[in-house]
Amino acid sequence: MISIHLILFLAFGAVALAGAINLLAQTHPINSALSLIAVMAALAGEYLLLGAEFVAAVQVIVYAGAVMVLFVFVIMLLNAGVEEHTKGSHVAVLFGIPGTLLGSILVAWVVLRHSGTGAVAVGALPGPPKTIGPLLFHEFLLPFEITSILILVAIMGAVVLASKPPSSPPGGPKGVD
Amino acid sequence: MRGIGALPIWVYILASVIKSAVVLGVLLTAVAYTVWLERKVVGHMQNRWGPTRVGPFGLLQPAADGLKFLFKEDLTPPHVYKPLYIAAPLIAVIFALTSISMIPFGNSVTIAGYSIPLQITDVNTGLLIILGITSIGVYGVALAGWSSNNKYSLLGGLRASAQMVSYEISLGLSLVGVLIMAGSFSLRDIVNAQRGHFLGFIPHWYVLPQFIGFFCYLMAAYAETNRIPFDLPEAETELVAGYHTEYSAMKFAMFFMAEYANMITVACLATLLFFGGWNGPVFGPAILQAVLPVFWFAAKVFAFLFLYIWVRGTLPRFRYDQLMAFGWKFLLPLALVNLIGTAIAVAW
Repeated sequence: MISIHLILFLAFGAVALAGAINLLAQTHPINSALSLIAVMAALAGEYLLLGAEFVAAVQVIVYAGAVMVLFVFVIMLLNAGVEEHTKGSHVAVLFGIPGTLLGSILVAWVVLRHSGTGAVAVGALPGPPKTIGPLLFHEFLLPFEITSILILVAIMGAVVLASKPPSSPPGGPKGVD
Repeated sequence: MRGIGALPIWVYILASVIKSAVVLGVLLTAVAYTVWLERKVVGHMQNRWGPTRVGPFGLLQPAADGLKFLFKEDLTPPHVYKPLYIAAPLIAVIFALTSISMIPFGNSVTIAGYSIPLQITDVNTGLLIILGITSIGVYGVALAGWSSNNKYSLLGGLRASAQMVSYEISLGLSLVGVLIMAGSFSLRDIVNAQRGHFLGFIPHWYVLPQFIGFFCYLMAAYAETNRIPFDLPEAETELVAGYHTEYSAMKFAMFFMAEYANMITVACLATLLFFGGWNGPVFGPAILQAVLPVFWFAAKVFAFLFLYIWVRGTLPRFRYDQLMAFGWKFLLPLALVNLIGTAIAVAW
């Protein structure tokens, strides 16, 4: 049944797919980062189609607007240039292409076998922040708190990795008094 | 979508097209005349006249500037990374102009029997979408700095994007106090929650209980729009011209337009969230009653723009490390304290 929702779903999905393929195909990292931003925006559109408007807005604010800004920031700061072109690997082609085909056939078979039983309708997920708030603090409290501890650990790890190494203890000969 | 339920589809589309055209026209004119206002006010604060020659009081100066930008040579230096060099001002100006679509200007007006809200769209997560749009606007600045292939631009672009990302957090947190008190993300609901008066004359505006939140919002918004005292990324004496060094003519004008459109959006949000939006004394015949709320809204936005320009003419700028320390070590904890205090007060 061709409805506007199907068309929008296919459009956002096509943009996400094109962005992801472009991410791999581009040689300059800044183009790859911009393709990833397009993927994030398309995913936000998909979330909106599912009815999760808060998640869609937060996806844009956090992922596309902060995490990807930091990716772009690092690429600009380190002046990353065009990737160097290495010779292809025969082993990768010999095992990789059949392996990828096998994997995608497997995934497609599993998905088609289960289609219709767990398919999500348009607008099915909780949307407004008023309904998500209680969910986060009642049913999903444990994952919420564990995620925040995980983020704290990541921040501490980043601070430790980026700090200066401890300086050598003060010693050596004193001046002639 | 609200409003489409009560209106037939052709009325909705026609009203949306007319509203978009009017709002865009008014916004672009407001951007041009905010530049005029800034030049006049800063000039008078520095004991000089500002533009006086082009038209009475220099009022045609923006028109002259617009013509100048159109006729100027649009030079693309050979060493830039062309796709992003051209895309960056477009990104900046598109996202700066888009956020005005969520902003309500007044109550509904009744034309030919149809009740049309004075807002292009009333999304029920409107505030969140405006924050998302300002987050994406950072890319215009960062990519402009990088694609110009120039060390001053790169430094300006990096500083600007780091500053904007840092202050977005305080910006968002300072607004959560208002959201807790209003109970909704929709801008129209937040303004409607500020109707009424205490003791008959003190209005119910959120600035009174949320003055800490208002202070945090104002500081974070000044930093987000790269205005003095936080304008190191585009400081003339520091970095030639920062991230827009290599831009000329219309592309430079687009960065300018994006900056002033962001200022206007920030001023509109401040009036909607803290100063009661279009609530104000309404009296007189029906036509006056329809126009007066919009007038009050415009007057409050004008007051905030004047405050922006006043601060610009008065304060020196922060050094970059002072700027980042202020954002992370002072403003963020203050916004969190405001949030906790508001939550406790509301839950009591």
